[in-house]
Amino acid sequence: MTYIAKPKFHHPKLPLNDLGLTRRDYEGAMSTLCAGCGHDSVSAAIVEACFELNLPAHRVAKMSGIGCSSKTPTYFLSKSHGFNSVHGRMPSVATGANLANNSLKYIGVSGDGDTASIGFGQFAHAVRRQVDMLYVVENNGTYGLTKGQFSATNDRVSVGRKGQKNAFGAIDLAAMAIQLGASFVARSFSGDKDQLVPLMKAALSHKGFAFIDVISPCVTFNNHIGSTKSFEFVRDHEHTVTGVDYVPHRETITVDYEEGSVIDVTLHDQSRVRLRKLDTGYDLSDQAGALQHIMSHQAKGEVVTGLLYLDAGETELKEKMDMVAAPLNSLGVAELRPGMAALEKINAGLR
Amino acid sequence: MSLDETKSNSESRPRPPYMKPTDITDPNFFHKVVDCQWACPAHTPVPEYIRMIAQRRYTDAYMVNWESNVFPGVLGRTCDRPCEPACRRGRIEDKPVAICRLKRVAADYRGDIEHLMPEIAPKNGKRIVCIGGGPASLTVARDLAPLGYHVVIYDRDASGGGMMRSQIPAFRLPEAVLDDEVERILKFGIETRFNQNVDSLKSVLEEDFDAVFVGTGAPRGRDLNIPGREEVGGNFHIGIDWLMSVAFGHTSKIGKRVIVLGGGNTAMDCCRTSKRLGGTDVKVIVRSPFETMKASPWEIEDAQSEDVDILNNHVPLEFVLKNGKLVGMKFDKVAPVFDESGRRKLVSTGEEPLFFPCDDVLCAIGQENHYPWIERDIGLEFGEWDMPVVDETTFRSTHPKVFFGGDAAFGPENIIWAVQHGHQAAISIHQMCEDIDLNDRPAPNVTLVSQKMGMHEWSYHNDISNDQRYLVPHADKTKALGNIKLEVELGFDEKLAYDEAMRCLNCDVQTVFEHSICIECDACVDICPVDCINFTMNGEEADVRQALRVPALDLDQDLYVSEILPTGRVMIKDEDVCLHCGLCAERCPTAAWDMQQHLHNEARAKHQELARWG
Ligand SMILES: Cc1cc2nc3c(=O)[nH]c(=O)nc-3n(C[C@H](O)[C@H](O)[C@H](O)COP(=O)(O)OP(=O)(O)OC[C@H]3O[C@@H](n4cnc5c(N)ncnc54)[C@H](O)[C@@H]3O)c2cc1C
Ligand SMILES: Cc1ncc(C[n+]2csc(CCOP(=O)(O)OP(=O)(O)O)c2C)c(N)n1
Ligand code: SF4
Ligand code: SF4
Ligand code: SF4
Ligand SMILES: [Mg+2]
Repeated sequence: MTYIAKPKFHHPKLPLNDLGLTRRDYEGAMSTLCAGCGHDSVSAAIVEACFELNLPAHRVAKMSGIGCSSKTPTYFLSKSHGFNSVHGRMPSVATGANLANNSLKYIGVSGDGDTASIGFGQFAHAVRRQVDMLYVVENNGTYGLTKGQFSATNDRVSVGRKGQKNAFGAIDLAAMAIQLGASFVARSFSGDKDQLVPLMKAALSHKGFAFIDVISPCVTFNNHIGSTKSFEFVRDHEHTVTGVDYVPHRETITVDYEEGSVIDVTLHDQSRVRLRKLDTGYDLSDQAGALQHIMSHQAKGEVVTGLLYLDAGETELKEKMDMVAAPLNSLGVAELRPGMAALEKINAGLR
Repeated sequence: MSLDETKSNSESRPRPPYMKPTDITDPNFFHKVVDCQWACPAHTPVPEYIRMIAQRRYTDAYMVNWESNVFPGVLGRTCDRPCEPACRRGRIEDKPVAICRLKRVAADYRGDIEHLMPEIAPKNGKRIVCIGGGPASLTVARDLAPLGYHVVIYDRDASGGGMMRSQIPAFRLPEAVLDDEVERILKFGIETRFNQNVDSLKSVLEEDFDAVFVGTGAPRGRDLNIPGREEVGGNFHIGIDWLMSVAFGHTSKIGKRVIVLGGGNTAMDCCRTSKRLGGTDVKVIVRSPFETMKASPWEIEDAQSEDVDILNNHVPLEFVLKNGKLVGMKFDKVAPVFDESGRRKLVSTGEEPLFFPCDDVLCAIGQENHYPWIERDIGLEFGEWDMPVVDETTFRSTHPKVFFGGDAAFGPENIIWAVQHGHQAAISIHQMCEDIDLNDRPAPNVTLVSQKMGMHEWSYHNDISNDQRYLVPHADKTKALGNIKLEVELGFDEKLAYDEAMRCLNCDVQTVFEHSICIECDACVDICPVDCINFTMNGEEADVRQALRVPALDLDQDLYVSEILPTGRVMIKDEDVCLHCGLCAERCPTAAWDMQQHLHNEARAKHQELARWG
């Protein structure tokens, strides 16, 4: 662990965003994770995405559970709200927070243990309910914080650091999210920010449940030969389905792409995801097709990355439940206690 | 749909020629990263001595300096400090490290150094003569005497030191400090021939020395030929002659109203000296705009804080006399105008000439070399501007036995350049006496040593101080103006010195990258506070510079390029604003980054006694 604070000096020519902030203004405390941990790169990608999206940090809430991954919200967006919940319970806490104040942007950070084991049920229902948030799983195939036990996402063929065999098959969280109805599902790699940052920007601009499964190697317990979540393995076996660029809504298109090779999908806030299709016939809006694609590549030992599924027209939790648009915490006594007359009216309707 | 696009060809990459991997075994690569040391004419290992000051190892810090620049006490007060504008800290925040002031701290707080002086080798039978006793000659003597050379120094003044004694006023450089550092060299068995003017080089050569070093400086002050100059008489003074006469106690008064002509450091010393000798209304009047004045910014500041007026854009027209006595001067007001080629001309504004009354005029408009005493028929060639032809590397003239250095070689510079010339001339003289080719210059002594002490422990302090540059306390103004010998700057106390020393970024502790063990996890990229590190495709330098996380636009600052990595990319580090904080090395899981001290000691005329320093 590094003992010194990160120097406050930044590059004098560091660009400013529309809020007059530098990328460094979106950082958090010095990370206490192991040197080289993939999770730190994911934090850096979140910093970059929020900076580029000109997000005001005080309008963001960081939610997490327990694990090395769940510790990371401390290491980015130090000026944002945050809730470090108990193991696996982040989805419920995020759901509640979202209902109470949907004017904040929610970034949930979880681990494969936190999400695919103890929090699996919670996760499923947050997806199903379309909670408006970005849910990131920093997936390293192991319980890093508790010293390297196999997690439920560890591939069956992937052996432990000392050669231990893994008895069970892996849960594919991206496939799971598609099946459960998430409206934005992507997979990426902590070692590829060129892909990860635009995905995060698109996910943060998406309304509804946006899920990114980020393969994020644990350098201490799961980065050896024989592991399928190591830097080297992922680099060698990555298969990218879609190249993604994020286009803020005010930007006009200047690049000419070959007819049909590129499609633009307009998101809720009028920004766009520009998709460069790299796999023939892949249809992003086809749930079953996407699942099939993931599975067939998985059978070949490949890890499918990129934006895997997108339904920009899906509604989110509050709309589905037909709730007031305003954040609940902004409602006053008058709205919350409409009085006897209103009660009478409701009662009358039930008679 | 045509969907054959793949990741690798989706971006158009620059075509070859790609940047070559950096050869870090070339000592210049890392030397250049140590901006201050690179900029120092004598290549003093600055961060090395600054760390020693922080550890209160003042004597060691003094010796590091003494080996490199010979006059740490003098230079800690008066150096032109090219290191400071070069200092990396100045590119990261407002102000550079107060390198020069820290040098003085080493001199102020050092202990006894007699036992650290080189042993003087038995005489080797060779005799060297230095003409002029300034810093250039004294450096030659310091470097050669310990090797066994018999060194003779001539000076027309009564003691050694040259302009450090005759020009630099005592309120900037106390005599005791100068005496100490000059005496130390003379004690190496130097034969002094002081109070002797050399008026013929030919006759010196006849004495059959093995080598002659000419270190006579640029002793002639420029005159101003405008109407009234002939008649003006005793109230007109050439600046450097006047300063010398003050230094040697021949002048102790000046009129109340003084005009100083010129905008360089001599003008600053003239006006400040006038303030101490009775001048109450002292004006520096300079032709050029304020911004392009030659004087160092700190000298201008000091003069202004002593209530000297500085008037710019005034060209002197004539001396005005009444009844044969100087009463003032007339000036033409001008403005700078630039022609197409960007050359500046000072053009009259057409206003009426301005009259400024005065009792005395000090003329500080430049200095010249003057060689009436060098015969033109002894095989020593003179070139442009009647200057001797001198080799810029060996400092040899066209006469094989005659070497030049300091202001005598290429015109007026400063002490630290004089010292560096002295070192180089000493190497040449030694090699000539040893029958070694003069162009075969000795290599510097360079070491590169890891500073790792533990997982996250380094043998240097890598926690960057956020402090702003500390100001040096000054003596009370009234007291200072009332006593010409009272030193104005008081120097840092130990606490201030420590805090200022901590501002140094340890630029000699280099980030060394071992590509073969890098796993491209991005940890160093993510942690680097100043976005130095990039993993990117290689290309032509101009394209690569633009493509970095923060474009590397300062072409004087090199890029550190690695060998190709498994993903086909290379690591490219822009050395420009690296804080040398070591975080890249701390966050690297495989120790592909290491922090290694690059200690660079310039070569000297070789002798064992000083080998421990260089
Ligand atoms: C007013 C003033 C202030 C300055 N302030 C600074 C400063 O703050 N910092 C700085 O770095 N530099 C300063 N300089 C410049 C600096 O003093 C010189 O660059 C430096 O001293 C040059 O060293 P040198 O060894 O070449 O010659 P000098 O120091 O000029 O020494 C030459 C010596 O040779 C002697 N000599 C000359 N001709 C003969 C002869 N024919 N026979 C016998 N002896 C002879 C002279 O008497 C003199 O002692 C200043 C210069 C001036 C004029
Ligand atoms: C209720 C509960 N059960 C078990 C634990 C022990 N525990 C802490 S972190 C963790 C697993 C973390 O794995 P993951 O979410 O993948 O995070 P990583 O450290 O790998 O990033 C476990 C089992 C706990 N803290 N709380
Ligand atoms: S144990 Fe693994 S997951 Fe946890 S900080 Fe270390 S490298 Fe990262
Ligand atoms: S920070 Fe220190 S080492 Fe770096 S250039 Fe400045 S004085 Fe030299
Ligand atoms: S030492 Fe490393 S982390 Fe620190 S500024 Fe330099 S390159 Fe960046
Ligand atoms: Mg995990």
